Amino acid sequence: GLACNANHRELRVIYRIVLVNKSLIKMVAASGKSGKSPRYYPAEDVKAPKPSYKVKQNAPKVRKSITPGTVLILLAGRFRGSRVVCLKALESGLLLVSGPYKINGVPIRRVSQAYVIATSTKIDVSKVDVSKFNDEYFSRANDPKVAEGEDEFFAGDAPKPAVVSDQRKADQKAVDASLLKAVEAVPMMEGYLAAKFSLSDNDRPHKMLF
Amino acid sequence: MPFTRYAEVGRIVLVNYGPESGKIATIVDIVDQNKCLIDGPESGVARQVIPFSRIALTDLTVKIQRNARAKTLKAAWAEAETTTKWEATSWAKKLSMKKKRATLTDFDRFKVMVAKKQKSAIIAKKMEELSA
Repeated sequence: GLACNANHRELRVIYRIVLVNKSLIKMVAASGKSGKSPRYYPAEDVKAPKPSYKVKQNAPKVRKSITPGTVLILLAGRFRGSRVVCLKALESGLLLVSGPYKINGVPIRRVSQAYVIATSTKIDVSKVDVSKFNDEYFSRANDPKVAEGEDEFFAGDAPKPAVVSDQRKADQKAVDASLLKAVEAVPMMEGYLAAKFSLSDNDRPHKMLF
Repeated sequence: MPFTRYAEVGRIVLVNYGPESGKIATIVDIVDQNKCLIDGPESGVARQVIPFSRIALTDLTVKIQRNARAKTLKAAWAEAETTTKWEATSWAKKLSMKKKRATLTDFDRFKVMVAKKQKSAIIAKKMEELSA
């Protein structure tokens, strides 16, 4: 047989193809330390792993001004104009928000960052437990398929009355119990959250600091 | 109605335009019809030639000679208590009020609204008492 060096290493050349900036292709060739001719070659050529096209979910991008406890002004939707407390950012990038319900009627709800003004006012919500809330909690429950008879078809879509599940009500109460304490700790905060935001004649929103 | 505020050596002026706008300085020398030399060692205005269109004359003056040094000027300001006198004028108070209002947050504006309502409630109550 061949005389072999105790320290010989396999010669290996790895080509890694990395896609950079959509149109640049960088080839990185890294070669292992070449010693004497290797003793062992694999029977088949070793294929370099192909780049994975699995979608990678990054942490949601939240504006720097929005942190748990920030008072937000909702700009669109059913509760537009309401001032509301931000509880946390969910994985989808939406913000978890609560009125508190007792103060302004806004329940625990998801809200998009784009439709929100973040004020610089912050409340200490460290004692409020919102760990159980995530995007699945708010996903629509599958309604049982209603058998479509002719009468129902011609009756049209009557607005279905909103049914708030008991679980939601219980969760609301639990969160608001600790949230209200945090709100009451700040003077005039309750009245502030109860009041709605609106623009009047002399307001220049591009010059206003929030 | 003769003029009372003259553009003279020693006149305190308010800079209206430029990087030093909002600060007060003294006229130290007149250059020509349109320009003067100002200096404000106490208020942080560099000694510079500035056109009259960029400044506003105030009622205050200090006793200095033409081309006074910054050191002399500073002493003259301290003697005349210029800074305190300026801040006591309603002009200066209005300027600082505008500045403060620009920095109010949404929560501050809410507090102001509540305070205004409370004030007018007190006044209305008093008016009722007086008119009864």
